[in-house]
Amino acid sequence: MSFKITSSPHNRISRSTSEIMLLVVVACIPGIVVQAMLFGYGVLVQLLLAIATAWLAEAMVMRLRNKAALIRLKDNSALLTAVLLAIAIPPYAPWWLIVIGTLFAIVIVKQLYGGLGNNLFNPAMAAYVMLLIAYPLQMTQWLPSVSLQPESLNLFDAVCAVFTQYSCSGFSISQLQTGIDGVSMATPLDTIRTDLAAGKTLTESLQQPIFYGIAGAGWLWVNLAYLAGGLALIKLRVIGWRIPVAVLGSLFAISLLSWLAAADTNPSPLLQLFSGATMLAAFFIATDPVSASTTNKGRIVYGVFIGLMIFIIRKYGGYPDGVAFAVLLANMAVPLIDYYTRPRTYGHKAKGAGK
Amino acid sequence: MPSLYQQIQAGKLWDFHGGVHPPTRKAQTAQKPIAVLPLPDRLYIPLRQHIGVAGNVLVSIGQRVLKGQALTSADNSMAVPVHAPTSGTIVTVGDHTSAHPSALPENTITLAPDGLDEWREQYPLNLATSDNSSLLERIQLSGIAGMGGAGFPAHLKAGLTQPVDYLIINAVECEPYISADDALIQEGAITIVKGIDILCKLLSPKAVLIGIEDDKPAASAALKAACSQREHYYVRDLPTKYPSGGEKQLIQLLTNKEVPAGRRPIDIGIVMLNVGTAFAIAQAVLDDHPLLSRVVTVTGETLSQPQNVLALIGTPVSDLLNFCGYQHKQPYKVIMGGPMMGFTLPDLTVPITKTTNCILAPSKHELPPAAEEQDCIRCSACADVCPASLLPQQLLWYSKAKDPVKLDEYNLFDCIECGACAYVCPSEIPLVQYYRVAKAEIREQQRESVKAEQAKARFEARNARLEREKQQRMARNQRLAQAREQAQQTGSNSNAVAEALARIKAKQTEQNSVPADREQVLAERAAKKQQARAYQAEKAASEPHAESEPAPVAQDEARQEQPAADEPASAKSAAVAAAIARAKARKAAQLQAEQQDKVVEAEQTKQPEATEPASEQATTDPRKAAIAAAIARAKAKKQADSEKP
Ligand code: SF4
Ligand code: SF4
Repeated sequence: MSFKITSSPHNRISRSTSEIMLLVVVACIPGIVVQAMLFGYGVLVQLLLAIATAWLAEAMVMRLRNKAALIRLKDNSALLTAVLLAIAIPPYAPWWLIVIGTLFAIVIVKQLYGGLGNNLFNPAMAAYVMLLIAYPLQMTQWLPSVSLQPESLNLFDAVCAVFTQYSCSGFSISQLQTGIDGVSMATPLDTIRTDLAAGKTLTESLQQPIFYGIAGAGWLWVNLAYLAGGLALIKLRVIGWRIPVAVLGSLFAISLLSWLAAADTNPSPLLQLFSGATMLAAFFIATDPVSASTTNKGRIVYGVFIGLMIFIIRKYGGYPDGVAFAVLLANMAVPLIDYYTRPRTYGHKAKGAGK
Repeated sequence: MPSLYQQIQAGKLWDFHGGVHPPTRKAQTAQKPIAVLPLPDRLYIPLRQHIGVAGNVLVSIGQRVLKGQALTSADNSMAVPVHAPTSGTIVTVGDHTSAHPSALPENTITLAPDGLDEWREQYPLNLATSDNSSLLERIQLSGIAGMGGAGFPAHLKAGLTQPVDYLIINAVECEPYISADDALIQEGAITIVKGIDILCKLLSPKAVLIGIEDDKPAASAALKAACSQREHYYVRDLPTKYPSGGEKQLIQLLTNKEVPAGRRPIDIGIVMLNVGTAFAIAQAVLDDHPLLSRVVTVTGETLSQPQNVLALIGTPVSDLLNFCGYQHKQPYKVIMGGPMMGFTLPDLTVPITKTTNCILAPSKHELPPAAEEQDCIRCSACADVCPASLLPQQLLWYSKAKDPVKLDEYNLFDCIECGACAYVCPSEIPLVQYYRVAKAEIREQQRESVKAEQAKARFEARNARLEREKQQRMARNQRLAQAREQAQQTGSNSNAVAEALARIKAKQTEQNSVPADREQVLAERAAKKQQARAYQAEKAASEPHAESEPAPVAQDEARQEQPAADEPASAKSAAVAAAIARAKARKAAQLQAEQQDKVVEAEQTKQPEATEPASEQATTDPRKAAIAAAIARAKAKKQADSEKP
């Protein structure tokens, strides 16, 4: 009798990469649901489009690279990328936007770098930034929350809107974007920046209906939902606590300081934390293991860097939210961070860089 | 702030980075008594079951041997003998599948037991009246090698002469499934403590720390009871975590010290032995019962009676499995060792060796085969659990890229191959396998570069020798010329020239017309040659170890002095000079030999203490020896040079 020789260890913990990715997707669901309820069903349409595109693209590239497609699809990493991109873009953006974005994320950002694990940048965020630069108009078409929309859109309207840019009843997106009072509304963060640039004080800006609630109508709830999903991921040990805590902590700290220094031109720390894509970034995007730092100390540095960059870009940048840029910049710094935060090996003295 | 020793005395424990908690699955075997295996039909006793070199075979085919009789001799410090585990007849001496991950055939003695189990004569030692060297000799001759798995010869650790602060006895047994030490402690704690007493006599440590995981309460209680009369023996219950039984990890847990990279525990005043080794030492010294058998955990879901058995060294694995009710519908795999670090066996004729602590025959459902490897997602789960604080994902990356420089920078060789990283990796990457391959490749490269360097060193040495010889010739000619000049000056100055001319003429006529004289010269020359040859022979006989290099040096000198005899006028002085040269050469050669011995000795004492894995030891030995020889040669040569005027 003879046996097949296999290498030790012969037992393994049961959670696989596929499950980890899937759990992250599942943890997004509360956020997606809230988003769909408060900002319309467009996000669901975007999700379907993104996932279909991502799977097709991944399978195609695997074919071209002569690798087994199924095992790669099974790792669910393409699914996660698609989901993150779909929830990041405006819900009624035209269909080709998400298709182009997803293709870019999968084919260029991920596969051209060598596939899962080799990509320097977070695919979803790189695609987001690409779209933002290439299609600034479509990428800023955020509708106000449902309560402020003049017309309420049902699921069919959402499909129509995404594919034709007109709801079934014939309203154009820009019409929909205009609030009840006839003023075109962007996201709260966008509004603040535009207003501040126009010389208004923050207090004046916050008078507008879009700022109903702490962080802008609807946005608070979306962020809370992502916060809940993220905490669940930490609890399940799918993600570590270091990056989210570092991102949120640093963002809170710097916005608190700036707010205390000049409350009239700086949004409050709470508004910073619960508006825009803050929670999504902290728990779901910055924690992408592939493009984040891999050492424990490095993760703190990486998180703090993202938190600070979010603040700076929101305050001084020209785009509605700083999350995507902040994450990409941090991605670029990762090799450096990793190199200088290597843990001390057992029995070795010197730390950090050299030997 | 209390001192470290005070903290240790107070029972403080520390922690090491990382670690995992695989299901232990020890309950099915730990609580049962140790069963004694019936005599097998054949025993396959590999000659080398430890780190080091095999002894020479002392028996011949067909010879009857008694239980406990040595089958091989331990003729150097790195060798420990193997013994006949029972009385019987030697059937063959030859290759048999080894109990090694490589499964390569290994030189093995096959013994057919005769069922009488007849002992040789036994000479128990009295601990109180025996001196250390006889204790150490007994430990070596009893064939004891680390029974925790590494197989390091015990007498080398017990015979360390550096000061020892802590003697650590490893009873941790952190690998899942294995309960052999647990069972041994439960049944033999008293003997184990006697073994520790012997070690204390040899090493005189400040304190003895016995580490055991807290999932073995019965064994821990037994040890504590057995140690109750010993003041400085401390039994420490450690939280269950893999791999707390790793040498470096246990040291960290018990003393908060780290063994500096590339050093050994003794360098920080620590010696560690396994409980099984302590037990074997007690048996060897107090009963003259050499290492003939050991406790092996036989477990896994394909067995109807998983249990610990006392198996003779050399028993085939199949005997153990069948004894425990092995049912294989379709053969899956059988692992020697635990699930984390064990290796799968190619077939079931592989014998139990001194280091085998477990035979694991799992079902497919129990330890499923590895799923397809996915891409690394850089999640760092591996880095979080690595007890050596390495970055396994980076090591994986550079192993795949075959980048030895980066691998070194990321300390690949500090990886203890514990498997924790691969255990947690969600992408099911066989990380340890990648590291093993990378390590093997790097060692191979190193071997090659060493070979190249050796060749270079040889070439340079040869050039240096030729150059030196040339210089010597020149110096000698000069000396002779000077001597002649002096002779001329001391002679009557007035007719010096005439005399010289006369001498030359005389010589010419001598050579041409006086064959008798010439014969005399030739005879003299022949006699000298013979003398030189005799001396050479004598020297060769007195220096069996010396390399071939020293001989030419001496020869050269002898040869170089000979031409002086060509001048009959100075024949006598030449003979004297030759004698002096011979004496000098001999002295140089002696020094050389001495020095060489010293270097070789130093190398040899250094080698055994290295605590690297077996494979590494085995592969580096010839290299080290070669280097040592080269160094010795170079030194000897230098010495010889400086000896010359
Ligand atoms: S655990 Fe596996 S997948 Fe995660 S970083 Fe380590 S090697 Fe990569
Ligand atoms: S096998 Fe090596 S790299 Fe992996 S956890 Fe153990 S020591 Fe670390």
